[in-house]
Amino acid sequence: MRGRTKIWPVLLALLVALSLEVAPLPAAVDILRPPWMALTLIFWSMRQPGRFGVGVAWIMGLVLDVLTGSMLGQHALMLALSTYLTITFYQRLRIFPIWQQTLAVTGIISLYTLIGFLIDGMTSDLDGGALRLMPIISALIVWPPLYWLSDRLITPLMRD
Amino acid sequence: MFLLGIASILLMFLDHRENHLESVRHALSVVVYPIRLAVDAPSRALSWGTESLSSRGRLLEESRRLRQERLQFLARLQRMEALQAENGRLRALLDSAPRLADRVLVANILSVDLDPFQHRFVIDKGGSDDVYVGQAMLDAGGIVGQVTRVEPFTSEAILISDPGHATPVEVNRNGLRSIAVGAGDSSRVNLPFLPNNADIEVGDLLVSSGLGGAFPSGYPVARVVEVERIPGEPFANVTAQPTGALNREREVLLVWNQPAVGPSDTAAGPTQPGAEPPAAEPPAEEPQPAGPADGGDQ
Repeated sequence: MRGRTKIWPVLLALLVALSLEVAPLPAAVDILRPPWMALTLIFWSMRQPGRFGVGVAWIMGLVLDVLTGSMLGQHALMLALSTYLTITFYQRLRIFPIWQQTLAVTGIISLYTLIGFLIDGMTSDLDGGALRLMPIISALIVWPPLYWLSDRLITPLMRD
Repeated sequence: MFLLGIASILLMFLDHRENHLESVRHALSVVVYPIRLAVDAPSRALSWGTESLSSRGRLLEESRRLRQERLQFLARLQRMEALQAENGRLRALLDSAPRLADRVLVANILSVDLDPFQHRFVIDKGGSDDVYVGQAMLDAGGIVGQVTRVEPFTSEAILISDPGHATPVEVNRNGLRSIAVGAGDSSRVNLPFLPNNADIEVGDLLVSSGLGGAFPSGYPVARVVEVERIPGEPFANVTAQPTGALNREREVLLVWNQPAVGPSDTAAGPTQPGAEPPAAEPPAEEPQPAGPADGGDQ
């Protein structure tokens, strides 16, 4: 069954997530940008842990590093870690009701954001302080619609 | 997972400390280039749309304004040529090399958002246009920033308002030198290293001093908007507002000011004959030791 579903809809979703990571936003909303790439990868590694594993997340992280001009390996580490956590708990995450799932995903995203914060703090002059943690809140808001959209829109596309 | 974690930490170390990964980054940046263009496309289409839909009256108005401005600038340019010639002669008298004319290129800013807490952006010129790391960027108002990373088709640049960026400046009025450090806010920079008794006032224009070699000297950087002298503190709090339109422009000018070998060689020619007459004059006797030596070389 795993080999029979098509892969291009997911690749398209990942590409859209990459674009959303750098799409221009007004400065006021910019600090609220949700971590699209991490959320998308969490969804797909929860759905198909055999296909979208830590390796895929790591490579997408490298691409994201080049795209956003951060240090090579920073997002790779952050994404690989969040995907690893998802795959460890994917059986539980799948059967959670949506609100509980949202909380669990927010937990993973918090770790993702904090590691990014830590790496930035070690390598550059930090600016923004607690505002850097805002993406956690936007992830909380964005996860249910993202889940619904991926579930209803992309999953049907994958079937023959 | 463990192996990948080690690998990413190793990558970060190599990239941050050693800069060994330029080739990897270049290869990936070619992959990423279409994404950047795609993300930039909507805003480009929007600006194209407003341009092509703007009314005839507005275009006529703009063209009239531009023609007037051009006339003014041409008039100023005529005086500038005379001044440049005079400056060249005076510099020849002082026996110093004349300034080189700067080569410029217009680059477009791609509307790609990077880290919201860093003042960085991407421009559409890269290694294929001879852009180099550390190159200065200007706009119509003054210095905007410099190039931090060059990729084949795009480059990353940092604004002077980034908290990690410092610009060597001098006060245009009296030549007082200082350093303008970004404040993380695109409408101001700080001058943290001026003593309380420094001669600086609100309204002073800060121009680039050319020290450090990154920026060409003499371009406006910022205008002082606030000077706060606290008795008992060693340094004054000086805040300035950048003259360039940081974060508002779609276009920047890239300036090449690395000394080219050819022009400076030819410039040395007129300098030598110019240096001779003052050496013969009595008031110029002080720096004599250099004078005869130069003559001997010829």
